[in-house]
Amino acid sequence: MLEIKNLHASAGDREILRGIDLTVNAGEVHAVMGPNGSGKSTLAQVLAGHPAYEVTEGSVTYEGQDLLSLDPEIRAQQGIFLAFQYPVEIPGVSNAYFMRAAYNEIRKARGEEEIDPISFADLMDEKMKLVEMDSDMLSRSVNTGFSGGEKKRNEILQMAVLEPKLAVLDETDSGLDIDALRIVAHGVNSLKRPDNATIVVTHYQRLLNYIVPDYVHVLAGGRIVRSGGKDLALELEAKGYDWLLEEAVA
Amino acid sequence: MIESYLRGFERISASGGATAPDWARSLRLSAITRFETLGFPTTKNEDWHFTSVAPIAEREFELLAPPTHGVTAAQLAPLAFGATDWHTLVFVNGRYDAKLSSAAALPDGVTLVPLKQAYETLPLLVEQYLGKVATFEGQTFTALNTAFLDDGAVVHIEKEIEVARPIHLLFVSDTSAGAGTAQPHNLIVLDRFAKATVIESYAGLDGAGAYFTNVVTEAVVGDGATLTHLKLQRESEQAYHVGTLDVRQARDSHLVSFSFATGAALSRTNIYTELRGDGCGATLNGLYLGDGEQHIDHQTRIEHVEPNCYSRELYKGILDGSAHGVFNGKVYVHPAAQKTDGKQTNNTLLLSEKAQIDTKPQLEIFADDVKCTHGATVGRLDETALFYLKSRGIAARTARQLLTYAFAADVLESIELAEVREGLEAATLRRYIEQS
Repeated sequence: MLEIKNLHASAGDREILRGIDLTVNAGEVHAVMGPNGSGKSTLAQVLAGHPAYEVTEGSVTYEGQDLLSLDPEIRAQQGIFLAFQYPVEIPGVSNAYFMRAAYNEIRKARGEEEIDPISFADLMDEKMKLVEMDSDMLSRSVNTGFSGGEKKRNEILQMAVLEPKLAVLDETDSGLDIDALRIVAHGVNSLKRPDNATIVVTHYQRLLNYIVPDYVHVLAGGRIVRSGGKDLALELEAKGYDWLLEEAVA
Repeated sequence: MIESYLRGFERISASGGATAPDWARSLRLSAITRFETLGFPTTKNEDWHFTSVAPIAEREFELLAPPTHGVTAAQLAPLAFGATDWHTLVFVNGRYDAKLSSAAALPDGVTLVPLKQAYETLPLLVEQYLGKVATFEGQTFTALNTAFLDDGAVVHIEKEIEVARPIHLLFVSDTSAGAGTAQPHNLIVLDRFAKATVIESYAGLDGAGAYFTNVVTEAVVGDGATLTHLKLQRESEQAYHVGTLDVRQARDSHLVSFSFATGAALSRTNIYTELRGDGCGATLNGLYLGDGEQHIDHQTRIEHVEPNCYSRELYKGILDGSAHGVFNGKVYVHPAAQKTDGKQTNNTLLLSEKAQIDTKPQLEIFADDVKCTHGATVGRLDETALFYLKSRGIAARTARQLLTYAFAADVLESIELAEVREGLEAATLRRYIEQS
């Protein structure tokens, strides 16, 4: 589904990703871990097409196409979804309007009919149960005045509505208490299907108790320094990152 | 030109003038004298630094008579967003139109009449306040307006009366307005603990041209009373509009003001309030939407005279084309006004390279125990928010339109009256979002 080869990316003059190689197949959950500043959030943002980052070398192939040549909205229409680490507040646009606009754009891109407001409300009712959100969140402006937990649940709600093929969760667990973490993880697990894939970017092993990955990759200095199974996450939890960083340098 | 107004004044005086009590005649006389002395302001005048009134000053505007052919109720319905149960006084070309008005079914204790009728029915009230709140000493346009004091609306809400439905003062100009001028003058008095919403609308009907509206509204808000005032300026695109709202607030009173400005080639809106009692609150919000060569100026002044009052102010604007916006917001905190809590914000979105805004939030504080902040931003659409929308599959163009609308909707949300809020939201949505 996704093949990243020798990916280099910079923000301004600063090179952050220095040669990432990663392959993700349908049905898989990949965890990308690493210390602060290792480039894991940059990787997530580059996949979504954030304009602040420039890809200087390498390639990303998604479903057989050159992902990097696509605008962010086209990537989303083709099934890529980024759950933001810091979801953006948009005062003046209701959550309901926003989600219906997004849903319809994605349906249009798939050659499907737009959905009417009433059918959409039914769909939302069902999806909101998944993340235990009250319906009054729909009439509020997008993320505006939401608590940290509400914002993250709102991201997962969008993911549930848009049904991406490849979801990238950028530190969705940061700043969440244990109850919110369980709700978010439950949402992600419920959306898992044999034909979609998830990349979970996280600083802590904690999230991976709830979303069990098939593969764990450790990022340091803009490169993947170690890949393994879910046990690697436990090892990191016990030993920290330092031993890997030392090995990488050695 | 000053001379044309002086001649107009002579003509009215010579013909005996319109019926008015003696005090009103002498008020007019001192006003025309003051107007002659002051003349039109130049951009050297600090209050007019960013707005040249030359287009108004250099033209001759005839004082308008009532229109010769009728305006219909159907033409007015959209200006009230289809609402049919508002208490409405209609003025065409600045002249009261009894047939189009529907001020019936007012609750007891509420008076809504044209000025000439108020001279008869509320003589003491009118004499007590008219010309006393909006003084013309240093204000050319107020002096000019007062010199031609003749028509307008008087609203009086007696103590403890709450008016459930809004009072609408609807001023329209039609094709016969030509290059004429209307000088309406309104007075709103809320006795203690009264509560009312007053909407002032200014609109050009289809075909209305380069007329000049110069309006003054005086409002007195009694102890514990609440006045919600909505000003909707939707003049014709060639028109000139100068409008002043001057409010005086007594102890524990509240003013909630919203100014929506989208019409006229050149417009200036003044919203002034004096918090003259302990425990008052004033909320001044506004939205200006400009395009083409429009010039849209707002000047607000909040005078914190007494302690323990708060003021909140949020003005937002969206400017496209070569439009020029001005926001000049002053907050004065007098020495006695301890514990003043003031917040003032002006945010403008510029959609084109040629659009411009001059923003000048001003705080002058003479008390030492106060909490006041102010700030202004001028900018383009938030790139982070654009990326967020695009990352959800929303096309770049749609995302831009949606954020533009949202920028305006954010302040429109503060309007409590649903018909106006939803009406302005729908109009703004139509303006900025292409319907597919």
